Amino acid sequence: MPVAPTPAERFIQGILPENPVYRQLLGLCPTLAVTNGLKAALTMAGAVAFVLFCANIVTSMIRHLLKPHLRIVIFTLIIATFVTITDRFLAAYMYNMSKTLGPYIPLIIVNCIIICRCEVCASRQSMFTAAADALGQAGGFALALASIAAVREVLGTGQLFGIQVLPTVWPNWIIMILPPGAFMTLGLLLGAVNWIQLRRSEKAGQTSE
Amino acid sequence: MHYLTDIILIALGAALINNFVLYYFVGICPFIGVSRRIDMAIGMGFAVTFVISIAAFLSWTITTFMLKPGAPVSKWAAGFFMPAASAAQVDLTVLSYIVYIFAIASSVQFVEMYVRRFYPSLYRSFGVFLPLITTNCAILFACLIIFSRIVGVDNPADAWDIGRALTLAVFGGIGFTIAITIMAGIREELELCDIPKPLKGAGITLIVASILAMAFMGFTGVDSGLKSALTPAAVEHTQSAEE
Repeated sequence: MPVAPTPAERFIQGILPENPVYRQLLGLCPTLAVTNGLKAALTMAGAVAFVLFCANIVTSMIRHLLKPHLRIVIFTLIIATFVTITDRFLAAYMYNMSKTLGPYIPLIIVNCIIICRCEVCASRQSMFTAAADALGQAGGFALALASIAAVREVLGTGQLFGIQVLPTVWPNWIIMILPPGAFMTLGLLLGAVNWIQLRRSEKAGQTSE
Repeated sequence: MHYLTDIILIALGAALINNFVLYYFVGICPFIGVSRRIDMAIGMGFAVTFVISIAAFLSWTITTFMLKPGAPVSKWAAGFFMPAASAAQVDLTVLSYIVYIFAIASSVQFVEMYVRRFYPSLYRSFGVFLPLITTNCAILFACLIIFSRIVGVDNPADAWDIGRALTLAVFGGIGFTIAITIMAGIREELELCDIPKPLKGAGITLIVASILAMAFMGFTGVDSGLKSALTPAAVEHTQSAEE
């Protein structure tokens, strides 16, 4: 039987080595849909972090009561409850942002990251490990979203957080803030991450020889 | 607007112009994961179309009769323990997400059991995808659009009827099938190409998807052109107003 991972280990693993977007290719809908601006992307990451944290803790607390064939339904119901809370909160305090994100906030319910973490980690580990795992994965997700959104916003509008960063002579690449730009940016960034990974493993292979 | 015109515009919008996958980015997980072979892609497409239609029917029914403010069933149920005036204002829309996800999960479960019992060969070909469909964003997304077109409209007469809701769902599913089948066809050819190592797999798929999305952007504006072509009376009206 494998040794139970410590909370700190789970936290570190989530950010880069098991990054939900770049390494596991999970939760791609919000990754592509809300990354045309950094602000929207970070709000989305915050919402996902809250839902993931709460859902992981609750799942971990009831893990001894779960029946195998009903567990997915239970997970989605837990997640749906927290998503409703998030959605109402955003509509009350950040109305414009809630309009911008539109249906992608309720779509957090079917975000594979959260269901996958509930299934793989929270339903087997203690509460602290599950909470640390949620924070690590949420951090990794925020990092991925922010990197994609930064590339798209700078190239598409010449701005970052709505502040002009490129000279105004920059011809805005409108395509970057439209749907094709989302696929293109994620594809190329994914390639870059894989390339770094390959080079690292090659170097490690050489030194060990 | 004429009813048939509306239906045609919804169908075209859902299938091509605002394609679920390439415009709204819902259903990306199977789009990347199950698009290696054409037959599997078509199976997945039909399974999604089937489930999305059932989910749309359920969500339209639930929203119209139970969730929207002053819906008949909630009004009747609330009438037992509160005065009629406040019972008419009962608003259960806050429960919509939980109810939808429950409806989707249970209908997928029933469809899976039914197909396994009565169509074993069909089950072997696309039954494996069915549990995955519960977590497919496209299904919930269709429910949410229908929800916003019933609850979000200012004028109650503009609320969608069941025909419009089912059109959106069926053609949204067809749009998904079109996108995933094209993708699978391209990926079968890509197997033979020399792709840079870091881009193998998901990377090149996303870049191809980007080019496909650009192609689908060519449909932008078709709906407004079609709308003016199908409603000559409205065009004459605006022209006379301009004059």
